[in-house]
Amino acid sequence: MNEITHQPAAEHGEHEHHVTPPIVYMVIFGCLLAFTALTVGASYIEMGVFNPIVALAIGVIKATLVVLFFMGVKYSTKLTKLTLGAGLFTFLALIGMTLADYISRAWGRW
Amino acid sequence: MSDSTAIANGAPEAQHHEHPSYQRHHFESVEQQADATNFAMWLFLLTEIMFFGGLFTAYLIYRNWYYPAFVAASHQLNIFWGTANTGVLISSSFTMAMGVWCAETRRKSGLVLCLVLTFVLGLIFLGIKTIEYSEKIEKHHVPGFHYSVKNFTDPASDPETYKEYKDKPMPLDMARHTELYFFLYFAMTGMHALHMIIGIAILGFMIFRARAGAYTGGHVTFVENFGLYWHFVDIIWIFLFPLLYLISRHQ
Repeated sequence: MNEITHQPAAEHGEHEHHVTPPIVYMVIFGCLLAFTALTVGASYIEMGVFNPIVALAIGVIKATLVVLFFMGVKYSTKLTKLTLGAGLFTFLALIGMTLADYISRAWGRW
Repeated sequence: MSDSTAIANGAPEAQHHEHPSYQRHHFESVEQQADATNFAMWLFLLTEIMFFGGLFTAYLIYRNWYYPAFVAASHQLNIFWGTANTGVLISSSFTMAMGVWCAETRRKSGLVLCLVLTFVLGLIFLGIKTIEYSEKIEKHHVPGFHYSVKNFTDPASDPETYKEYKDKPMPLDMARHTELYFFLYFAMTGMHALHMIIGIAILGFMIFRARAGAYTGGHVTFVENFGLYWHFVDIIWIFLFPLLYLISRHQ
């Protein structure tokens, strides 16, 4: 994961470009399949309110792995990281405000 | 390509830097161009997050409102096909990531192979989705004029699902809200499938270009940014799968 390789031919100042080695992709692929098996397995266990929480937590872990490694955000510029962070923040703020509205107004009286 | 046009049009020589043909004139360097393109792609993906986010929020709220209907309706989904499709989609993300690596390390045949595999896995995903959709059509679970609440007011009328879940009959006023579940099911998986179809079409185009060596000459931006799109579509499914198929098994 810490190998930083450059493009093979660096003719006239080609930009530095992080190349993620295949072994990282393979490990992440394995993890994603394992988490998929885990989330299906977990759904067969009776956990009451924790069933959706566990399922979503595993989903968030899988999505994080995809974003960091398959999409290469771990090795990307600060601008990309900030963009993604701002987007997630806005998304959560919008969902949060929407839910706050529903919960505080008509919850249980539909 | 753009170099020669610019020279032919008499662009001022002083401003003309030596640079590879794939660098646009208005960028200082290839790196700046790649960063700008990458930034644009992420901005597009953010709009996509907002778009799907609205659907997820609707699902969250309606599931809490009409909880028994959503639980019973989600029992209609087939966990085997859902899991198989998740595996297929994750595999296609892996082959796409390997494709980006092949492009970066200038392996032309490797890149073509990876793109073809991604293309085929995408088609398999859509094929499995078709099997699932056709079952919904047969059971009259597609929202609209032909929608039927029979399987929810009288669960025993659907022996296969009844055997597994033993759902209790629901009163009609709750059972009719199962239509809302299937509306959101088709809206979310349908929009996801549409993204897959668009992605597969672009993949077809890329396979032709890759065979001509377009992405293995040091300019990988297109493959990279398509990879971002493909992985994003994968992430949407990573959340759709548990929310639609899994979380209501025991309720």
